[in-house]
Amino acid sequence: MEGTAVQRRLSFRPRPWQVATVTGAVGETPSVRTIDLAVPDWPGHRAGQHLDVRLTAEDGYTAERSYSIASAPGDPVAITVERLEDGEVSPYLTEELRIGDQLELRGPVGGYFVWEATDAGPLLLVAGGSGIVPLRAIIRERQRSGGDASIRLLYSSRTLADVIYRDELDAYRDGIAVSYTLTRAQPTGWTGYAGRVDSALLAEVAWPAHKDPLAFVCGPTSFVETVAEGLVELGYQPNRVKTERFGASGGR
Amino acid sequence: MDTLDGNALAGLLAEVFGEDMTSVVVTCRTCGVSAPIGEAMVYPRLPGAVARCRNCAAMLMVITRIRGVCCVDMLGLDAAPLP
Repeated sequence: MEGTAVQRRLSFRPRPWQVATVTGAVGETPSVRTIDLAVPDWPGHRAGQHLDVRLTAEDGYTAERSYSIASAPGDPVAITVERLEDGEVSPYLTEELRIGDQLELRGPVGGYFVWEATDAGPLLLVAGGSGIVPLRAIIRERQRSGGDASIRLLYSSRTLADVIYRDELDAYRDGIAVSYTLTRAQPTGWTGYAGRVDSALLAEVAWPAHKDPLAFVCGPTSFVETVAEGLVELGYQPNRVKTERFGASGGR
Repeated sequence: MDTLDGNALAGLLAEVFGEDMTSVVVTCRTCGVSAPIGEAMVYPRLPGAVARCRNCAAMLMVITRIRGVCCVDMLGLDAAPLP
């Protein structure tokens, strides 16, 4: 056994960096952009995986960031990037990059925060800000695969204008229920939730634990901690609560 | 400083180990709690990438890259994780 492992270690081929071409770029919100990529040697991906982007400056300095893949498996590769004010990579991706430009990337990577259409149980998806990106890939994969997993999505955003993919999310019907909570400001006549996600809101929106739901939580670190703890308090199995965190200094 | 989680190391770990490591369950040598690497607390851009135990904050793993060579220190793990 040990010999086999060593053999495998010696013969491994790391997924190489390769050059992709930008085929589309669409603004989702004033600070968020979806970038479509043509990747010549893309092996296919799973819903929830990400890819690493590497930028190299003229002096050779490189910066790498990991971005969630926004598209469903089988569809062309797309990433959705939020501009961070002090970011090294995201301002370039959201403002400078043009159709036809080339970009160095590696992927797909990650196997933990991944949903397969064959996974059992109703799905609870909880997003904070741009944490919606991998969850949107999961919803699209459910649609694409013709699956019947019931989905509840709870999406926390600062304002309505900051909601990413709003038209798409609002259009989902059968078996997909979308709830928004707006933390900073709510428009007049807003009928969704207001304020940060807490135990009370989770208790109202999330599947009851006895249905053995599978939860995916993605957002800023503190958001993910609050939600994951809240779900476990509600009786969710910790190993059925998958989490992915990003910081203000990170990508995704 | 903001921390990320082990998902952010997926690409680097795949480069080092040759396959995905984020769902591999590892045990913290300090507190004995086991969790997937994807759940670890990660400081991605110190000099090197540092993964700490989400339960007790002890160091699990440090990966540094110097002139293209990766150095992987996993002294905080109770057993070497094999994918």
